[in-house]
Amino acid sequence: MLRYTIRRLLQLLIVVGVLSLLLFAWLRSLPGGPVSALLGERATAETRARLTEELGLNDPIFVQYIKFVGRALSGDFGVSTGVQPGDPALDIFLQRLPATLELSILAIIIAIAIGIPLGYLAARRRGSVLDNLSVVSSLIGVAVPVFFLAFLLKQVFAVDLGWFPTAGRQEGGIDATRVTGFFVLDGILTQEWDAAWDAFVHLILPAVALASIPFSVVFRITRASVLDVVDEDYIRTAESKGLTTPVIRRRHVLRNAMLPVVTTIGLQTGALLAGAVLTETVFAFPGIGQALAIGFERRDYPVLLLLILCSAGVFVLINLLVDLSYALIDPRIRTRGGGH
Amino acid sequence: MALLEVRDLSVVFKRKGEEPFTAVDGVSFDVEPGQTVGLVGESGCGKSVTSMAIMGLLAKRGVKVSGSAKFDGTELLTLSDKQMRDRRGQELGMVFQDPLSSLNPVISIGLQVAEVIERHRGLSRKEASVQAAELLDKVGIPDPKRRLSEYPHQLSGGMRQRALIAIALACRPRLLIADEPTTALDVTIQAQILALLAELVKETDTALIMITHDLGVVAGLCDEVNVLYGGRVVERAGRHDLFRVPRHPYTHGLLASIPRLDAPRGERLSPIRGSVADNIPWTQGCAFAPRCPNAIDTCVEVTPAMEPDPVVAGERLLRCHNPVEPADRVEQEILT
Repeated sequence: MLRYTIRRLLQLLIVVGVLSLLLFAWLRSLPGGPVSALLGERATAETRARLTEELGLNDPIFVQYIKFVGRALSGDFGVSTGVQPGDPALDIFLQRLPATLELSILAIIIAIAIGIPLGYLAARRRGSVLDNLSVVSSLIGVAVPVFFLAFLLKQVFAVDLGWFPTAGRQEGGIDATRVTGFFVLDGILTQEWDAAWDAFVHLILPAVALASIPFSVVFRITRASVLDVVDEDYIRTAESKGLTTPVIRRRHVLRNAMLPVVTTIGLQTGALLAGAVLTETVFAFPGIGQALAIGFERRDYPVLLLLILCSAGVFVLINLLVDLSYALIDPRIRTRGGGH
Repeated sequence: MALLEVRDLSVVFKRKGEEPFTAVDGVSFDVEPGQTVGLVGESGCGKSVTSMAIMGLLAKRGVKVSGSAKFDGTELLTLSDKQMRDRRGQELGMVFQDPLSSLNPVISIGLQVAEVIERHRGLSRKEASVQAAELLDKVGIPDPKRRLSEYPHQLSGGMRQRALIAIALACRPRLLIADEPTTALDVTIQAQILALLAELVKETDTALIMITHDLGVVAGLCDEVNVLYGGRVVERAGRHDLFRVPRHPYTHGLLASIPRLDAPRGERLSPIRGSVADNIPWTQGCAFAPRCPNAIDTCVEVTPAMEPDPVVAGERLLRCHNPVEPADRVEQEILT
């Protein structure tokens, strides 16, 4: 297991390395560029040329790349030219990471906490009103674009009804102490309950919007998986033992039904960032997704490069975690190749 | 009074938009303590459904079970779900066909055996595990303590079937139903499993219902045999009587279709014509008539009743207008 984990982590390094090369080349080939973004349309040719030279953009691309890798290895990913001009890209990343993590974790919790029980119930009452309603709602969840759902939630629950704040991570007026950068956690740690609550309330609408797709997928996979498992021979064996329904449900049905669901949750968690770009933009939520959106708009190469690389790394890491947790639930994988 | 008295048991499957399908059509038989009764027939003859109905394992929706199945005087078919659960695993045990798919792949063998003891004996997990190890030892699984923490995929097919037998016998049930317990196993393992079942059943005076399509299993194990066709018993006799003088043309056909080593070279197998797919319900005439070499006009007009054999002596019931003459019988050396 340990050797497997190490091998996978080495693969992660290779993935990030190759991706950095591709990204570097791709970003440079985009029309426009940081010079126009920084100086605007009306700058003179002379200032443009000077800035281009200063930014090192006249060097051949592979020289630029090698310089970038050299600096990156010492922790210098360059300075933002568009998102927060002048700030080091790494600072922007570290400062925004907790926001997106907080949002993603809540979204995944919502998706799992509703998706799995509902999927189980729908399967057990196949064909019932509950089943049909939840299948339809999960279809809507997948089909409706995330940004549209985000706008709709914002308009109805924040603007019209006023139940939730419309934007941001926390009200400006609240006196909150920063410890970890996770605002809800900070509030709890410092016992500033109002700050924690306010940060939590800010998370709800974007998290619901972000959860729509993972919820739908988790629900559908759970439902399909439970339907498969209840017809298995070993469930009949469990019934023939006279076990009570709760025991059969917990020990025999759910454990087996969870195998594909765990994979799904991992893949969906990895894919959350795509949704986060849209949701964070709609709710002006200062996370990674918003930074990516602004970064593309303003051709902020250093920030884009770092954020995309880190996102890819996170994606691969989550997949590794899923594979490891899979081995925990499924003994058939645990023993394959090791020991027996 | 027999331990299990099945009377006129019928099972009808009703699916929305489909014609109701009668899988079991008025089956009756008795099982005494310590007795082994065989239910024999091709796939689709209703033998498995009969056992599932007795165990209360059929789906609640879309299935209509009628008739009676009295276990030690208690009507099983009308018991509540909870009362049935209290008996399953405790007084009624069942061994299934495919040992790999019948064991839960993600739960250790130890827990799969222990949980049934835990449930019915009210023991702690630890005490139940000790008993589980003893059971595994008893069914012939070597190194039982180590096996407790292993998973089904780590056991061989024969070992898995032994584990399933341990599960079924864990609480010393008075009735054991074995549904084709050897079909999925190698021939050498089949014999071992059958010997094990026979030994355990004898030792504990357990009644055994053996469901099989394999007449070799019947010959080796059963005291009494019920031959099923189209959801009805068509012939019932002690195994010696049945093998010596098969009277129903279907039973005769089953025996004749077994390949024999001592048959003259070049002689072809004599299969039963047609298939169960040609099955017709027992509404008018005999369901076997379309496939029957002995069929006469009466067979398609009048449904035969289950009656004592008019010609051959012995305890035999027969559902046939024109049984096979005893002289026509195929010599059966399986028994000798």
